[in-house]
Amino acid sequence: MNSGDTAWVLISSALVLLTTPALAFFYGGMVRRKNVLSVLMQCFIIICVLSIQWVLIGYSLSFAPSKGFWGGLQWLGLNGVGLEPYADYAGTIPHQAFMIFQAMFAIITPALIIGAFAERMKFSAFLIFTLLWATFVYDPLCHWVWGIGGWLRNMGALDFAGGTVVHINAGIAALVTAIVLGRRSNLDKNVPTPHNMPFVVLGTALLWFGWFGFNAGSALAANGLAVNAFVVTHTAAAAAGLSWALIEWIRNGKPTIFGVCSGAVAGLVAITPAAGFVGVVPAIIIGLLVSVFCFVAVTVIKPLFGYDDSLDAFGVHCVGGIWGALATGLFASKLVNPAGANGLFFGNPKQFLIQLATVGVTVVYTAVITFIIYKLVDRFIGMRVDEKTEAIGLDLTQHHERAYTVLE
Amino acid sequence: MKLIIAIIQPYKLEEVKNELYKSEVNLITVSEVLGHGRQKGVTEVYRGAKETGNLLRKIRLEIAVNDNYLEPTIQAIIRGAKTQETGDGKIFVLDLKECVRIRTEERGSVAIG
Repeated sequence: MNSGDTAWVLISSALVLLTTPALAFFYGGMVRRKNVLSVLMQCFIIICVLSIQWVLIGYSLSFAPSKGFWGGLQWLGLNGVGLEPYADYAGTIPHQAFMIFQAMFAIITPALIIGAFAERMKFSAFLIFTLLWATFVYDPLCHWVWGIGGWLRNMGALDFAGGTVVHINAGIAALVTAIVLGRRSNLDKNVPTPHNMPFVVLGTALLWFGWFGFNAGSALAANGLAVNAFVVTHTAAAAAGLSWALIEWIRNGKPTIFGVCSGAVAGLVAITPAAGFVGVVPAIIIGLLVSVFCFVAVTVIKPLFGYDDSLDAFGVHCVGGIWGALATGLFASKLVNPAGANGLFFGNPKQFLIQLATVGVTVVYTAVITFIIYKLVDRFIGMRVDEKTEAIGLDLTQHHERAYTVLE
Repeated sequence: MKLIIAIIQPYKLEEVKNELYKSEVNLITVSEVLGHGRQKGVTEVYRGAKETGNLLRKIRLEIAVNDNYLEPTIQAIIRGAKTQETGDGKIFVLDLKECVRIRTEERGSVAIG
């Protein structure tokens, strides 16, 4: 047991928790003001619901050693998950510290999907959908990639802090829900503008801050690897924010703060799987390029196909996540992390194929199961609010509250 | 020349705007206002306390038109805002004495359109 490592993982857990309210403000600023509370509410209730799900069943289904579809059932209700280290996951910190660190990832992942269905989903349906999604999509995938006995882990897939498990996973679910839920009403005549851009900036700043816990915390120790993850995470986000601004400047004539924020988040997403395996120069390349891919996704591909991914959960998290996962297969180096693997550019093309296969499995599995869960919940209680409710806004209709007053 | 002031439900603004565009009425001023309504509106609840104030949110439209546009404008607002429920709002029509376009100092009906 190491007190420095334990302290760092506990602080990192708190940092990762912060990314969910940060996301709430990032998304909340982007929606119209009649829906801002609904987005904040969805993010916060996910913290409440999935924290309980995690300690009761989620952690066991994800991390208890098993070769099956899920993890084993031996850790249900945290039975046997104590204050001694569990060496196969982290040898120098209490097992519960690892458990609570992972809980925060299980919370943020379904919260990311909110960006796709914002402004039109029924709250009750959202709750059931989220709980089912966490149990049938996140938990198994998390087990396959990170859990002992997980088949993608055994295949050699590299995912340092959740590029596949968190971002591609949530991003694909986002695309599926955006398509099946349909476009928001009146979208063509009246393009909704973000109601509070400073919230978007605030959210981005807090995401950036919290992401150090996400990536540097995933070293699970206060060591050199954590420092490497910290440095490349910061560098990639900076490169991506700059790159998005430059793209806008060239293409649209003016750089925007919304663009810098979108780029920074895309950079954070892309470096996530790679943070423990690549050095600083690859981090800059990963960051510079991710903005190009995500920019194309949200300004060209989205309008072309016409799906309404309201806040670009797919365009940023899935596209950025796939680039990050593949880039890990290109730039990974044992010089950075001897426990990792070399990528294509360091003489190991096989790693790139493994990464590609992992991406493929995630995309297909998540898309199919998300679709089934959606249809199931839609059948029983209906996922979408009616047109009048949508016009009035979700804050008043789903929660009987509104964010802003006219007079005191 | 007439000045039309309409009070409508906030969630009907988009539909009213669309109807106005269809009738080629493009010059409108919109503000968010509070008013006494006869209907209950949507209840708001804060920490269990029901909001019982009877000031409801409405949208106020101001549209200045030449006389031949009066009826089409009124019809467009009705088409966009009418649900037949209490709270749909009201349309007021006032005589408009003068209208000046600041940029050109034109006056009267040429300045309206």
